[in-house]
Amino acid sequence: MPADADATPVRDEREHARKVFRAMLEARQLETKLSSMYKAGKIVGGVYLGKGQEAVSASLGGGLNWGTDVFAPLIRDQAGRSAFGEDMLDCTRTYLGSSLGPMHGRDGNIHRGRPKEGLLAMISHLGASVPVVAGVLLSRRLQGKLDGVVGATCIGDGGTSTGAFHEGLNAAAVERLPMVVVVANNQFAYSTPNDRQFACGDLLDRAVGYGVEGSSVDGTDFLDCLRVIGGAIDRARSGAGPQMVVARLLRLSGHGEHDDASYVPDKLRAGGLGRDCMQVAAAQMIETGYATEGEISDWQTEVEDAVQLAIATAQQEPPPDPWKERWDARSTKLSMVTEA
Amino acid sequence: MSITYVDAIREAQDKLLRDDPRVFLYGQDISRFGGAFKATKGLAEAYPGRVLDSPISEDAMIGMAIGASLDGMRPIVEMQFADFSSVAFNQIVNQAGTHFYRTGVPVPITVRLPSGGTPGSGPFHSQSMEAIYSHYPGLVVVTPATVSDAYHMLLQAVEVDDPVIYCEHKFLYRWLKANSINGDGLPIGKARITRPGKHASIVTYSAMVHEAVRAADRLQEESGWEIEVVDLRTVKPLDMDTVLASVARTGRLLALGEAFPWGGVTAEVASRVAAEGFHLLDAPPKRFNSRDTPVPYHPKLWAAHRPTPESICVAMRELLSY
Ligand SMILES: Cc1ncc(C[n+]2csc(CCOP(=O)(O)OP(=O)(O)O)c2C)c(N)n1
Repeated sequence: MPADADATPVRDEREHARKVFRAMLEARQLETKLSSMYKAGKIVGGVYLGKGQEAVSASLGGGLNWGTDVFAPLIRDQAGRSAFGEDMLDCTRTYLGSSLGPMHGRDGNIHRGRPKEGLLAMISHLGASVPVVAGVLLSRRLQGKLDGVVGATCIGDGGTSTGAFHEGLNAAAVERLPMVVVVANNQFAYSTPNDRQFACGDLLDRAVGYGVEGSSVDGTDFLDCLRVIGGAIDRARSGAGPQMVVARLLRLSGHGEHDDASYVPDKLRAGGLGRDCMQVAAAQMIETGYATEGEISDWQTEVEDAVQLAIATAQQEPPPDPWKERWDARSTKLSMVTEA
Repeated sequence: MSITYVDAIREAQDKLLRDDPRVFLYGQDISRFGGAFKATKGLAEAYPGRVLDSPISEDAMIGMAIGASLDGMRPIVEMQFADFSSVAFNQIVNQAGTHFYRTGVPVPITVRLPSGGTPGSGPFHSQSMEAIYSHYPGLVVVTPATVSDAYHMLLQAVEVDDPVIYCEHKFLYRWLKANSINGDGLPIGKARITRPGKHASIVTYSAMVHEAVRAADRLQEESGWEIEVVDLRTVKPLDMDTVLASVARTGRLLALGEAFPWGGVTAEVASRVAAEGFHLLDAPPKRFNSRDTPVPYHPKLWAAHRPTPESICVAMRELLSY
């Protein structure tokens, strides 16, 4: 099918914007709550917020279809997970170590996933998801089930320096797979600024080098994110090959909640990149008539209640039990062998 | 009509492609070219679209295989040389190795590693990576030493629902021939008594099985020693039942391997025999490996770097005279 860059999505824009915006609200509130619990010592491990990146993340997750598309979120993608359709309980159960969560206490916080439903479970190693998404898509093609499917993943500016990112993007381009890679360029990789991370003028140059179609977006502008990221998803879906979107923004928190981000200059915070996409989005929702102020505040309350409930539920659930744990790293027992 | 070790690997892949629509092959130069060692010769033509050339991207190759396996396929990835799997190390040990434990969803990939040395291969085309991958939970590591095992164990590897690292030995590719593939197919995980004996056991795997048998034959001819040779066949999991039963018969252990000496499969075998079968031993368990240098290029150096029948005999005499 020829790529049609101007193809208009066959979705109701208003409904879509409402869904994605609600996911952003959900992520912001959920993460705010998780952060305070972490600071109160109620969560072990780390808490990594996507604060300031919700518009980008949710635009990607929200453009995908749960159960048929594939999504490999990264550390700052709570909003994308929510928009894709992940149950909020999966998040609270994983952070709080409930044995009923998808990871059963075996892996924590952001590493969770439901691979069978298309939500891949990231490992810490940055870049490693890029080829895995490509592999799912290759498999769909081999089974004749690729048409209309998209695989998507996210990466930070720092993660684009890894070999896995480059190898995976190149291999996906060689196979012309319907993959969308969104780069959240939040200016820092932990504390390392862009000028110590890469020397090309624009991260999009990397896409060009692989024969991947690239686009840029202001990651603080909700409607722009919906349009540009949605456009990339549509193009991938209609057969135009891998797409890369680079979003300019600033992370509005530390790398994790243990980090005060004192390395971010005040000037940067005060500038355009420092504006909060959540506020921009709310204003845009009202401006376009996609939602009223009243609706937004109702949603806030609903989401708050949902977050409280999800946390309370996970808190009451049993933690994993080392005595009942099946300490098996493999699914199979090999026959006739006493395993050693 | 005879069939070589590499033919057996090709035949197994042919059968897998024929019988199982979930199987596809991915690797460098494996399509029309048939692979650097011709282990996939003719398969691209026979199974259009299912034998795919990959870019030189070992990390992406394994990552893609993992993704495909999560989607229901049974990919077989050919590493051109085992040595280059180090580039894919992260995907193998962290992504594939942890996946089932973390998510409950297994990763049924098979990774073929052309392993071990041949004359002139040098430091980067000779390495034996089985111990590295065995160290990590979640992986099965197999090391076929015979033509029939090369065939059957590859069929079985693809059946296993978990990641299998299939270490095939390059030296055996064309050197090892059999009249036919016999139908037994001991399961993955089970060791085999290759040569029965009663005075000492050599526990080994892969190409060293053949060097051990030669050494054992020589010791028998020269001095009447009857040496048992155990072929582990699978290094993870280790079939300690068979190993301990052998040591119980002989009272002496030489753990032999072509890999570097520090740690590794021989260390594992020796320590387990010492811990679990101390009472069976008439002598301290002994290990014998290659030398602790990178694998040299020149055939003369290479031949002296790995254990040979001569050097194995020297080690055995020490063990037998304890
Ligand atoms: C391969 C690898 N090296 C190092 C790390 C440790 N680490 C985790 S997040 C991070 C910074 C990531 O920066 P970036 O990719 O820009 O994403 P951001 O955190 O800014 O969203 C680092 C160094 C890692 N997870 N993986």
